[in-house]
Amino acid sequence: MNIARFLGGSCSLILLGGTIGTASGQMTINGAGATFPYPIYSKRFDEYAKVDPSVRFNYQSIGSGGGQKQILAQTVDFGASDGPMSDDNLGKAPGKILHIPTVAGADVVAYNLPGNPAVKLDADTIAGIFLGNVKKWNDAKIRALNPGVSLPDQEIVVVHRSDGSGTTYIWTDYLSKVSVEWKQKVGTNTSVNWPTGIGGKGNEGVAGQIKQTPGALGYVELIYAIQNKMPYADVKNSAGAFVKATIESVTAAMATAQIPDDFRFSMTNAAGQDSYPIAGSTWLLVYEQQKGAAKGKKLVEFLKWALTKGEAMAKELSYAPLPDALRDRVLKRVDEIKVQ
Amino acid sequence: METVTNATSPVDTKPVKLAPPSRWADRIFEWFTLAMALVVVALIFVVGWQMARGSHLAITRFGFHFLTTSTWDPVAEQYGALPFIYGTAVSSLIALIIAVPLSVATAVFLTELAPLWIRQPLVSLIEMLAAIPSVILGLWGIFAMIPWLRAYPFPILKRLFGWTPLFSGPIYGVSMLAGGIIIAIMILPIITSVSREILRSVPNLQREAAYALGGTRWEVTRIAVLSYAKNGLFGAAILGLGRALGETMAVTMVIGNTPQIKASLFAPGYTLASVIANEFTEATTDLYLQALFEIGLVLFAITILANLLARLLLRGMGGISTTRAVQ
Repeated sequence: MNIARFLGGSCSLILLGGTIGTASGQMTINGAGATFPYPIYSKRFDEYAKVDPSVRFNYQSIGSGGGQKQILAQTVDFGASDGPMSDDNLGKAPGKILHIPTVAGADVVAYNLPGNPAVKLDADTIAGIFLGNVKKWNDAKIRALNPGVSLPDQEIVVVHRSDGSGTTYIWTDYLSKVSVEWKQKVGTNTSVNWPTGIGGKGNEGVAGQIKQTPGALGYVELIYAIQNKMPYADVKNSAGAFVKATIESVTAAMATAQIPDDFRFSMTNAAGQDSYPIAGSTWLLVYEQQKGAAKGKKLVEFLKWALTKGEAMAKELSYAPLPDALRDRVLKRVDEIKVQ
Repeated sequence: METVTNATSPVDTKPVKLAPPSRWADRIFEWFTLAMALVVVALIFVVGWQMARGSHLAITRFGFHFLTTSTWDPVAEQYGALPFIYGTAVSSLIALIIAVPLSVATAVFLTELAPLWIRQPLVSLIEMLAAIPSVILGLWGIFAMIPWLRAYPFPILKRLFGWTPLFSGPIYGVSMLAGGIIIAIMILPIITSVSREILRSVPNLQREAAYALGGTRWEVTRIAVLSYAKNGLFGAAILGLGRALGETMAVTMVIGNTPQIKASLFAPGYTLASVIANEFTEATTDLYLQALFEIGLVLFAITILANLLARLLLRGMGGISTTRAVQ
């Protein structure tokens, strides 16, 4: 609680700075949280300024942990998180907090092999590699999945994120679902006690490490692998098909994922022939009962715009938009936000 | 005292009338500076107290075990700081072992041997090294230093000293040794500039006397300059250590971030500062956040302890120029 207040205090100072800068008559809506969707959010805020010049958004990408703390402390108008809030944390909230899924992203298995051949992997092998059971590139498991590919007798250097991140949350959530051993030994979180491997800071750190280390294998966000032109493996999904990570295969996974009414869902290892299995959504966190009528109304208007017109921007920035059916459900929930 | 004032006051009657305002100004000046000095002291206490308060949950939960256990598992909420303490100590030690001889030699060259025209450009260059942002140095570490280390110096070290546990095991590139080297680069400028100032403050009489005794250049430097300045140089190294303990960004990028205690310097490690930088933003549970706060508290305590220890050592050495060095 002390820390929440401390974080809240320091953030409200930053936010105060933001408010002073605005022209009179303009309303500032403050948000804080996840770093993963920051590019798409800031693009949407920019574009929305043209749609409704009377509001200005101030978003601080301080991380999902900070986003959850801020919305609990009510120092921001909305929070953002790459992982759904725990029941424990939701219990501390002074009101009901809604999870609004916005976009989804994928983790890809990037690697560095001589000649960079196309490699296929399945859940069992990936879990084995990250548990330290599969140690070499020419392991029988990898060879069985990749007939005809020349795999060297080389140690697999596992690279993972060292900083807490939504990317790691998605990754460990997937491994927990597909491997009992992983679930028992390691579990799901934004950072975990890794059984093996070296840690790189941020996507750039992991990508750099993989590019520099012969025999390396690690996970990075899809966008990052595309931008850095890194090879990444096709992954066998729960339907038994090898799927490449693309915006379409992520949206396909979201369409088949089991999504409860509070939208706190996990879409890893989703069913369906076209679904890429290692993907996850990111959420905005808002109170169902808004405090300020004017601000609440503007926030709802923005959310609706972001989920409809703003959705088109997602693909440009390599984020997967919500499938139509889910979007309609989310829009309905946004309508239930009470502003008085 | 009294006799003195009694004796002087009747003599200068006129200045006495002018004295009160100036005495007030003096007093205000004194109070002001005292207050500023106290603010610094208070700041240290406030920081320490805040961190202790911010981590009370973790402290009561784990107690002394926090310092002696090695598991860092945010899922099971088990937190032990030992690998981080070890990593901070070892990487800083490596940095000092590399940086101190280099810096002192550079400082000796700059004050004793270098031709005058080359001194100022060299000093500027070294100071420029201090101006490189940490994160840039880290990126350079990943993309230039590590591949080079992995290709040449590390295999050579392994071939020569592979029989010792220090240089055994697989070479990944990112490692405790790489972390130590990056820190060494970062603390070079500060140790060099402080050492240079200290060597410059060695009176010329010392050198002249040594020359008069027939000493060679090396003997003069060793006997008259270095041994005269050794306390100050020690202080310079301690200033460097203070920096080394807290270096974060660049180290995080090259040390491998694996909380383990391995004898091999080729194995990845982790430092106290790195784990805070890595995990603070995404720590969602109270205990997790508090454990990170406690890591900060431990780092704070280690830094203060290192400084105190250095002061005690200096006192043991009977230092003269200590206050100058450890400013």
